[in-house]
Amino acid sequence: MTSNRASRVGLVLAGAALLLAACTGPAAEDPAAGSGQEVPAETGPFRIAVISHGTAGDAFWNVVKNGAEDAGRELDVPVEYNSDGDPGNQAKLIDNAVAQRVGGLVVSMQNPEAVRPSIENAVRAGIPVVTINSGEEQSAAYGALTHIGQSEGVAGEQAGRKFKEAGKTKLLCVIHEAGNIGQNQRCDGAARGFGSAERLQVDISNPTDAQARIRGAVQTDPSIDAVLTLNSQVAANAVNAVEQVQSKAQVATFDLNADVVSAIKTGDVLFAVDQQQYEQGYLPIVFLKLYRDNRNVVGGGRPVLTGPDLVDKSTVDQIGAYVERGTR
Amino acid sequence: MTTTTLDERVGRTRLADRLVVRPELGALLGAVVVFAFFSITADQFLTGDGVATWLDDASTLGIMAVAVSLLMIGGEFDLSAGVMTASTALVTAILATQAGWNVWLALLASLVFALGVGAFNGWLVMRTGLPSFIVTLGTFLALQGLNLGVTRLVTGTVQVSGMRAADGYASSGFVFASTVEIGGTKFQISILWWIGFAAVAAWLLLRTRFGNWIFAVGGSAVSSRAVGVPVKRTKILLFMGTALAGWLVGSINILRFASVQANQGIGLELQFIIAAVVGGCLLTGGFGSAIGAAIGALIFGMARQGIVFARWDSDWFMLFLGVMLLAAVLVNNTFRRRAERVRR
Repeated sequence: MTSNRASRVGLVLAGAALLLAACTGPAAEDPAAGSGQEVPAETGPFRIAVISHGTAGDAFWNVVKNGAEDAGRELDVPVEYNSDGDPGNQAKLIDNAVAQRVGGLVVSMQNPEAVRPSIENAVRAGIPVVTINSGEEQSAAYGALTHIGQSEGVAGEQAGRKFKEAGKTKLLCVIHEAGNIGQNQRCDGAARGFGSAERLQVDISNPTDAQARIRGAVQTDPSIDAVLTLNSQVAANAVNAVEQVQSKAQVATFDLNADVVSAIKTGDVLFAVDQQQYEQGYLPIVFLKLYRDNRNVVGGGRPVLTGPDLVDKSTVDQIGAYVERGTR
Repeated sequence: MTTTTLDERVGRTRLADRLVVRPELGALLGAVVVFAFFSITADQFLTGDGVATWLDDASTLGIMAVAVSLLMIGGEFDLSAGVMTASTALVTAILATQAGWNVWLALLASLVFALGVGAFNGWLVMRTGLPSFIVTLGTFLALQGLNLGVTRLVTGTVQVSGMRAADGYASSGFVFASTVEIGGTKFQISILWWIGFAAVAAWLLLRTRFGNWIFAVGGSAVSSRAVGVPVKRTKILLFMGTALAGWLVGSINILRFASVQANQGIGLELQFIIAAVVGGCLLTGGFGSAIGAAIGALIFGMARQGIVFARWDSDWFMLFLGVMLLAAVLVNNTFRRRAERVRR
């Protein structure tokens, strides 16, 4: 048991050393102080870290990753993509990139407040930051160069309006990730554009369950004639569900994939709201390179919108090929 | 020194044998290997900022793993531990931002809530005799639903933010979420909490009567009851221990990130168990170490951040992590077998 005592003494000493060192509370930080003092080195390897909140293997974020890597290849900039759906872990990945002294940082902000200290820390360290996808309102305040994305509320509103123009009377909005704020904004937007919207919660990691729940919803309420899904995979579940019970409801969705493309062609899906996320991977690499080489800033502090682009029967033929390629 | 022949149980053993019976030795060696590996392969792994990053990652995981290891030594599981970190943060955040409570008061309320859930878990397990796996799975699901439902009901959205504007944020933030500067590098205070928590747990386990009870109830509840160990009280307290750790981590998170999402923490319970197992805990109970679990979390943190530092393609991330953890557990297992031989 002596080894145990020795380790305890060691722990106490380590703890005391930490206590003796200066402590700084998080509130004591002045967000304005020291920002933009240091500029990134103009010479040497210029690396960009892309840190998203997508989970590994997510089809949507795969296209973003493709965009970032394509731009990196074309511009000869090494790009590293990492992601974690947990906001705390995402913040740690940002800290990690700062510790590596990357030349530029691209961050999606699903939960802006959680990544705020890490982003401000990066800005203070002289690393230019571009935010993508979500977090438009907070981007400039945190010191990012620019924001590239689509306004979720606006996109939802357009989808709602399009359904209304098609003469629909009752809308069901399907949320597939509990706790995702962007999805709730889309449904709020859809409700604004349409007049009202009911919500349904499903679990994207369990397609059987998702399909069964959508089926249950359209079965119990036959007056539902429009179903809006927020993900291409859920769209396929919704199409199946509607067919199974022979409901008159029509499905529309956010985001494209091969299934959605063919469903639009056959008329099973009315339209898809495409936020062209390839641009959200591609553009920030270009912007950061331009900023480094030429101090160019795009957008003048305003966000750069990547969408929404509504894809329906009239445009689906062309776009379908790009979906297969992994760039739409 | 006495010259009488000693009973073999109190006789002196060789140093190597004494070391090898320590459950945390395998984890310690694993940690050294992982540390050495990334020190060589990743440039920034050993820089001040680098060290701060992986220690930070290990710290909150470590606090939970330590509490979970005590519970596992006591022969039980707590699947609600991951979601508990989000539930407590949500209670604190909702009370502080929506009801306008002082943060300290909100923290106290969420502590009471956490201990209540922990006691309920323990009481239900003891009362029904059902496996804790099932009971805490129920609480896990219930809390998950409660988190989302209550958050949406109260805030209309799925996350609670705005903690920075609440009364008492500065002082509570100082305790739970400040940074300590050493040599120009900022270290999160959660690292200190982790070390402290592990030290207290190790003391509790190895130096107190309660610690003996933990080993006893995990080894055999029936025989420990027969020799007068209060099995029920011990187990309920252990469940309250993981809930307490969940509250601590939840508080660290909410004060550091200033916002909490309703679906946070789901799936983390497995990581806690993995860290405890890597640290030498047996899945069947009765054997393990709190320090080992803290080291298990350190391995996890070093591997997770080291992979990023080494700039490997993130598509393979989980594969690397899985292989590394398997290797650590295998090394551990070999040592434990050796240890069991030495003991006999």
